Amino acid sequence: MADVTKAEKFTYRDAVAEGIAREMRRDPSVVCLGEDIGAAEGVFKTTVGLFKEFGPGRVWDTPISEQAIVGAAMGAAMTGMRPVAEIMFSDFLACCWDYLANEIPKARYMTGGQVTVPLVVRTANGGGLGFGAQHSQAVENWAFTVPGLKIVAPSTPADVVGLMSAAIRSDDPVVFFEHKALLAGSGPRPPEGHLIELGQAAVAREGTDVTVVALASTVPLSLKAADQLAGEGISVEVIDLRCLIPLDMRTVLRSLERTSRLVVVEENPYQGGWGGTVVSVVADEGFELLDAPIKRVAGANVPLPFADSLEAEVIPTVDKVTEAIRRLSAY
Amino acid sequence: MTPEELLDAYSEMVLIRRTEKAAHDLFMSGLVKGTTHLAAGHEAVAVGASSALRPDDYVFATYRGHHHAMARGATPEECLAELMSRATGLCQAKGGSMHLTKATNGMLGSYAIVGAHLPMAAGAAWSAKLRGSGQVAVAFFGDGATNIGAFHEALNLAAVWSLPVMFVCENNLYMEYTPIEAVTAVPNPAADRAAGYNMPAEIIDGNDVVVVHETMARAAERARKGEGPTLIEAQTYRHFGHSRADPAKYRPADEVERWMKHDPLDVARARLEALGVPPETIADRDRRAAATVDAAIAAAKNAPEPEPALAFTDVWADGGAAWRT
Repeated sequence: MADVTKAEKFTYRDAVAEGIAREMRRDPSVVCLGEDIGAAEGVFKTTVGLFKEFGPGRVWDTPISEQAIVGAAMGAAMTGMRPVAEIMFSDFLACCWDYLANEIPKARYMTGGQVTVPLVVRTANGGGLGFGAQHSQAVENWAFTVPGLKIVAPSTPADVVGLMSAAIRSDDPVVFFEHKALLAGSGPRPPEGHLIELGQAAVAREGTDVTVVALASTVPLSLKAADQLAGEGISVEVIDLRCLIPLDMRTVLRSLERTSRLVVVEENPYQGGWGGTVVSVVADEGFELLDAPIKRVAGANVPLPFADSLEAEVIPTVDKVTEAIRRLSAY
Repeated sequence: MTPEELLDAYSEMVLIRRTEKAAHDLFMSGLVKGTTHLAAGHEAVAVGASSALRPDDYVFATYRGHHHAMARGATPEECLAELMSRATGLCQAKGGSMHLTKATNGMLGSYAIVGAHLPMAAGAAWSAKLRGSGQVAVAFFGDGATNIGAFHEALNLAAVWSLPVMFVCENNLYMEYTPIEAVTAVPNPAADRAAGYNMPAEIIDGNDVVVVHETMARAAERARKGEGPTLIEAQTYRHFGHSRADPAKYRPADEVERWMKHDPLDVARARLEALGVPPETIADRDRRAAATVDAAIAAAKNAPEPEPALAFTDVWADGGAAWRT
């Protein structure tokens, strides 16, 4: 419980475990599986305390078998459980991609609604920690290519808890991206019962000149950019999408009614990145709201390099975002 | 199996055979589009296994899965209507031949990515274990699936977690068009792998419904007692080619002849006669199956096409397809 008398540090990392634990306490059908999530409490320490509180009957260590992890979660979800499966690094989703591309999102549809698959696949996503090309990718756009998956990518500890509750309670399959560069960040611990409906964007900062649409790691980045630009007299509105599916385009379009300028900041690659879909909806339905071209600040179309200085070249940075906003503002 | 149980099993096998023949004929006449993978010849595996299961047990099958849907209670009319893209089909014409499902009877789907459903069956068994329900799960798969990673990951997980699951390989000697022995390092593609996962395995005559039934009953009992998974390699043979209009010319004539003489219907009929069931009783079951399938064909042909709006239902659990605000 929150203790207001003590300045508690509640990290994004703590929030993952807390969000899962809250649902495990209220619903005995919630079970966890994954590599090193039990006694070892997760390589990112995002399952700390779960094994101790709920025991080996509800927190299951698996072999390094991504297909078995996600496939078993699917079978369990179809038969009365609400599994929460961890794929250690989101890059490894490629090892079990069949389940996320062909099996889980299609089971309900292709059986004419006979089955549901209420599961969560959690995974550590994104760069900024210097893990190189196979452990640093932002791959939320992979999931975004597949109709039938809900996609969550929170930016704050409170949102992690509220969205984790909604994801676990969802009767639909959810891919939950936990951003590695945000794990150490902290924020207020939300009250018990905190629940954020999937598909509701948050206005992280209000502004009148330019709308910045961001997700996960690019939210704090965009907020920093907005802070800097406030000193230059540019008022930036930052929208945290929080989910890619359902995609809250209403909030984006409403913001553009005021600002008429749009920057999308996404860590996944420009080629095939989710921003392309956001932009295409705006071009289609919000064309007359715009007073300037749309800018996308996205990952470069190269594999992630190892060195920090090289990585900064190819993923969004505060400087890249401020530069894009300045140019739009001056248009 | 009692004579009555065997007679019922025989009747179900005849019904499946007739339905598969109808599916073939309807495909050749253009009334079934896409593809079919017919299970004529494999009937004893599905019926023998199903007869050893509880109604609430779970079954996962492959794109060659008409026999498994029917063995779990799907009717010829529901199946043929699905194949013919009719609204009355098992999956509202949204699945097709490769995805027959009868979830109300524990038949949780037919999956068309080779091997993908073995981990799912392990997961359903894990769920049964977690809930203490005493249920078991079965994954039926072809010999070709034994060379894909999901097979090995599922077997290991099932063994490590001691899950109540049976892995049943329908070894029909051909992965598709290539003999399984030409692409597999061991002679028995499923059973020879079991030792690597410390799992008991049996190689059985998959064309003898009694043998399949007894083997499955033993494996299910082990599973329900908490003694873990079993692998069963049921040797059988396709009466048709791999899919569609494949004439299966890659199979040697003497091999085909040998297996056709070991037809699962003949094996069951001989067993019935040996038990003293009168030939007229058996012939009556044959006639009833023929009449049922004829009526199913007529009903499916007369059934309506799905409403266009159905394309946008059941992406999500709320029944809809909304992806944005």
